[in-house]
Amino acid sequence: MIGRKGFAPTLLLVPATLILIAIIGWPLVQLVIVSFQQYGRAQVFGQPAPFIGFDNYTRVLGDPQFWQVLARSFLFCLVNVVVTMSLGTLVALLMTRLNKFFRTLISVGLLLAWAMPALTAVIVWGWLFDTQFGVVNYVLTQVTGINFIGHSWLINPISFFAVAAIIIVWQSVPFVAFTIYAGLTQVPDEVLEAAQLDGAGAVKRFRLVIFPYLKSIFVVVTILQVIWDLRVFTQIFALQGIGGIREQTSTLGVYIYQTSLGTGDYGAGGAIAVIMVIIMMGISLFYVRHVIKEEEL
Amino acid sequence: MSIPTRTDSPEREAGDDASVEARALTSAVSAMIVPPSARNGVRRYQVSGPRVKRRIANIIFSAIAVIIFLCSVFPVYWMINTSLQPNNEIRTPVPNFFPKDFTFGNYLTVLFEPSRSPFLPALMNSLAVTLLTVVIALIFAFLASLAVTRFRFKGRKAFILSILIIQMIPAEAMIVSTYRVLDSWSLLNTIAGLTLVYVATVLPFTIWTLRGFVNGVPVELEEAGMIDGLSRTGAFWKITFPLLAPGLVATGVFGFIQAWNEFVLALVVMSRPASQTLPVWLRTFQQANGTTDWAAIMAGSTLMAIPVVVFFLIVQGRMTSGLMSGAVKG
Repeated sequence: MIGRKGFAPTLLLVPATLILIAIIGWPLVQLVIVSFQQYGRAQVFGQPAPFIGFDNYTRVLGDPQFWQVLARSFLFCLVNVVVTMSLGTLVALLMTRLNKFFRTLISVGLLLAWAMPALTAVIVWGWLFDTQFGVVNYVLTQVTGINFIGHSWLINPISFFAVAAIIIVWQSVPFVAFTIYAGLTQVPDEVLEAAQLDGAGAVKRFRLVIFPYLKSIFVVVTILQVIWDLRVFTQIFALQGIGGIREQTSTLGVYIYQTSLGTGDYGAGGAIAVIMVIIMMGISLFYVRHVIKEEEL
Repeated sequence: MSIPTRTDSPEREAGDDASVEARALTSAVSAMIVPPSARNGVRRYQVSGPRVKRRIANIIFSAIAVIIFLCSVFPVYWMINTSLQPNNEIRTPVPNFFPKDFTFGNYLTVLFEPSRSPFLPALMNSLAVTLLTVVIALIFAFLASLAVTRFRFKGRKAFILSILIIQMIPAEAMIVSTYRVLDSWSLLNTIAGLTLVYVATVLPFTIWTLRGFVNGVPVELEEAGMIDGLSRTGAFWKITFPLLAPGLVATGVFGFIQAWNEFVLALVVMSRPASQTLPVWLRTFQQANGTTDWAAIMAGSTLMAIPVVVFFLIVQGRMTSGLMSGAVKG
């Protein structure tokens, strides 16, 4: 049956291909075109959009704010990935040492955090960190004795990103922990025992035995985390809505949204979007290459 | 496997050896003369060092597990706790850690008070878009996955590769041009428009996942059916399709969660109040004014989270592998 030729496969692929071309391919082409055009509010209302070459790009690349946003996005992504991966790995290792009851308990908790829709999570955390009636401020006041009531966590960019990172890490650790735990159960006990008999301590055993076994899992999970955390939009956008300063807290995705829809500079917004697509594609190549290596296409 | 070398920590190893010998000796002796209860005592004494240490370690690990559990669950608990209290009760200097004046009032406000917020229309929009997305994406992806698994043709690998690459295009970068393209087709603020966008978003990963499931069913089964007199199509529907059912369910649930939670595209495409989906509704609700009705927002959040949590529990076992292969996330 395999190897049959004819029109059948083409017909089967038509619906999926058409919709992908129409909804992803065509807008992508439009995006690239706009990035080379002078496209502002006037053009939205029907004025012709002249081509201006690389003007949008030079304007964006010459804008210090763009570089700030880019650096902020990468830094924020880096912090999130490092914290998420470390915590996730530690939780996974912990799970191997627990009895069934506590392992189930921890799994239920992680699953709940993971299942929360991103926007719901942001709003709930926004309420926890609420300036006046938030439970975080109340508990901190009780514990430290310093009066935190009325303290705004979102006004200061640093603590804004700390709150955002807590939300993102809270929701990302479960995936990392479950994946690595699944990998850990595949490491043969004999090898670990042998290493222990050889006098390898916990750290050494992780570095020399567990890590090589799970290297491919670590690589894929890390790349996915980088991609997801660099794309972060919902968390930042919604937190800004609750009470952050836009100019000081925007990441790439939000910046594109603001430049295009907020300021009305669709040309520059398009150029930034194209740059973002290129960056994301570059990182994704690692993932795609890895998947191709692992699986036969 | 290498022979254990004993050079690393001679003292410890020697000590262990001695204790093993001693244990063997005592147990041999005690087996003869000491009653069982005392024997246990002797034994416990002999190995008490490591065992107590393990006990303590176990207690510490379990305690950490409880802390992690509490950290994971607390925000969810707080959401539900807040949603079950009247709004004036949650605006107190000392927060209520349990609902003191238990009430479903916030849910009633959210669901039935039209002046406040059109929750039901938003729910209907979300349900319509999500279910349509799941059904259409499953059908299209199913056809495509058949093509790439059951046929060998030119461009097959290129198709799979482009699927992998397409799913990496960030929607955040595409919002504006998606908006403009939909606008030019007069599909803004329509169920059809958002459904199309979601189908395209979910398709690559759905095709990829289903491909794995179809690959898991050996062609030989179908061929055996054909030898027994079934037609080619008949063999497929009677033999392969039932085996694919769990895969279709799992993939459909992934798609459901994606579409239900999606926020960025819905925000731009469905901006008109009447066509909002739940995530967009939730945000406008929260933005409304200075004196935010947190109790009602928490009720709305709970209502929005329930279906996702339920579906998550259904496919929890497959969730990690699904994400590993699909690169989807809210």
